[in-house]
Amino acid sequence: MRKLKRYGPPILLISPSLFLIGLFVYVLIFSSAQTSMTDIYTNPQFAGTRPHTFVWFTNFIDLLKDGDFQHSLKNLLLYTLVFITGAMFFGFLWAWLLDKRARFEGVFRSVFLFPMAVSSVAAGVVWRWLLNSNVGDRATGLNRLFQMVGLDFLENKWTNNISFGIVAVAIPAIWQMSGYIMALFLAGFRGIPTELREAARVDGANEFKLYRYVIFPQLSPVALSALIILGHMSLKVFDLIMAITGAKFYPTKVPAVDMYNLMTEGNFANAAAVGIILLLVVLVLIVPYLIHTARGDKR
Amino acid sequence: MRRFTPFAILAAVGLALAGCGTSNEPSDDTSTGAENTPEETTAAATDEAETPDDSTEAGGSDVSGDVEVFTWWTAGSEALGLEALQGVLAAKYPDVNFINGGVTGGGGSAKELLQTRLQANQPPDSFQVHAGKEAQDYIDAGQVTDVSALYEEFGLTDVFPQDLLDMLTQDGKIYTIPSNVHRANVLWASVPALEQAGIDPQATTYASVDDFIADLQKIQDSTDLIPLSIGGTWTQVHLLECVLIAELGPEAYLGLFDGTTDWAGSEVGGALEKFGTLIGFTNDDRDQYDWEPASQMVVDGTAVFNVMGDWVPALLDSTGLVDGTDYVWAPAPGTDGVYDFLADSFSLAQGAPHPDGAKAWLDVISSADGQEAFNKVKGSIPARTDLDLAALGFSDYQQQAAQSFATDAIVGSIQHGAAATIQQGNATNDAVSKFTTSGSTDLETFQSELAAAYAG
Repeated sequence: MRKLKRYGPPILLISPSLFLIGLFVYVLIFSSAQTSMTDIYTNPQFAGTRPHTFVWFTNFIDLLKDGDFQHSLKNLLLYTLVFITGAMFFGFLWAWLLDKRARFEGVFRSVFLFPMAVSSVAAGVVWRWLLNSNVGDRATGLNRLFQMVGLDFLENKWTNNISFGIVAVAIPAIWQMSGYIMALFLAGFRGIPTELREAARVDGANEFKLYRYVIFPQLSPVALSALIILGHMSLKVFDLIMAITGAKFYPTKVPAVDMYNLMTEGNFANAAAVGIILLLVVLVLIVPYLIHTARGDKR
Repeated sequence: MRRFTPFAILAAVGLALAGCGTSNEPSDDTSTGAENTPEETTAAATDEAETPDDSTEAGGSDVSGDVEVFTWWTAGSEALGLEALQGVLAAKYPDVNFINGGVTGGGGSAKELLQTRLQANQPPDSFQVHAGKEAQDYIDAGQVTDVSALYEEFGLTDVFPQDLLDMLTQDGKIYTIPSNVHRANVLWASVPALEQAGIDPQATTYASVDDFIADLQKIQDSTDLIPLSIGGTWTQVHLLECVLIAELGPEAYLGLFDGTTDWAGSEVGGALEKFGTLIGFTNDDRDQYDWEPASQMVVDGTAVFNVMGDWVPALLDSTGLVDGTDYVWAPAPGTDGVYDFLADSFSLAQGAPHPDGAKAWLDVISSADGQEAFNKVKGSIPARTDLDLAALGFSDYQQQAAQSFATDAIVGSIQHGAAATIQQGNATNDAVSKFTTSGSTDLETFQSELAAAYAG
């Protein structure tokens, strides 16, 4: 009875959200996993007028063997690497510069943060124009800019490259997210008490040692959360690609785009399989992080 | 400092979650949208039942009640065309209450929303579908009903061309009724650009793709104009189908879809090679564009030629250009005498809540009045061949297109769902996208991928 009094109200309060999350996240993940193990490749099978059977992991095996899907996975990997590296680099650089008590810090902070306020689709439409793949006389966008400042050798076809087209899409993504990473790092820098720096200097640490042994260790939790956030955003990239090149443009396909294409043609089994693969890939990133933070909380 | 880091992490996670939240919204909208409509429908139906029946005024028709029609005609000339059809419906069936179930997005989102409604057994009474193979999924899923009886009832078998009827018929049954017809294989050219390149604007009807390539070469050598403008992947597939028709001829082209023509054969190989040559004459930034910017290059005179369907005149005329003096058109090279068609058509949904209303709607869209009103506004031509377009004030282009439609060999479009299923169309898009991107597949792989797409 006492236990009920103690645990009852909180459980009652939390139960609506538990129920909703359970239904709309976990039940749907389960249902998706179920679909991914069937042979529902057409609308009629989905509607139930044609039979379908349970095929276990055939869809996953076929997908992973498929050259086109491998291309999508490779694109995703390349995009993730470039995007995370770029956003972390610029985010850290800007935060570090601003932390030096630059003048007009507030202005710069807003300027760098602002791209994040622009919707991906709107940004994508602008970047589609900037990343125009015309070179030479007909060049527009960035290629034209390169010509005007005499950097002609930088001109290239951007997204129109089978292997590295996806890297061009990472540029707007970096542009969008660097400001956010900057804000995280800036908070991290500001969180380091000046006493620590002073103490290090008194102990004779030079600039390099100060960063290596005092500042970076303090920043590592921020860097880790930044990595996790960028990582899961990157793995789910979809809107930017749809806005810049569209769903049917092969060089910039990633699994999320494949999933959309498969779903629109009624291939629900493979669409669900791609979704589950994406979920597993994100889990590989998130679960160690959750374990890490859980351990940190206990301590 | 311990105070700050958790805060930063919290803020970060909060933002990330906010991002997730917004991404969920559209799907919520979709489901509520699908749920709401039947309620509205019933509400409207009750209203209708309460009002006194005055069907006596209705020129012989005693149909009353609602009809919900699902289209993706929500903007521009298409929306105006739909409005015109509503006008005809109101005149012919004054007691039928039109409910517009329109949603934007013919390529994807509209069809997905339609599919969710069909899966939930809450179909609209009639829905739009591209005539031909694209309707196959709906037929197999039992989501549309056989309307061949209505063809007899409305007397359509005599007024639609036989080629078209053959293409719509499946095992003796027809499931959709076309409202309008577009031609895909049209070559558009800018007169000033042609003159600059020294090509006679009156001689753009090329007998073969090779002749066309010769002129493109001439343009590339002598001017800095874009010889042939094109847009993203789907417009490239559009060009490919025109090349296939030209190189194979209409019969062998149709054979590609019933297995009598070999996709892996040398004839197709030759056509693909020429397609590759044509792509070499196009603008490098093609993949950035939909069809409009590509056709706009012809409007601006920066490109000489553009192969696109006959929805281009709406763009050309809106910019004030005049057919014959500012731009010229011809059948796509090597396809004179062939009409590569695509058509919007309407179905009678299985389990339609108002089948009588749906029949009234199908009567309207297939009637002479309906096809005249709609196509005049939309710029396509009527599927009926018994209308005198000149007397009705259709444009010169429409009159000539209608004449070709009545006399030419009719074949179906790959890209626009008449000859290929959605799956085949997507696979074709993939193969073409790989082939036309720099550093991608060679001709042999391209052909084998296409063959695989249409196998089985």
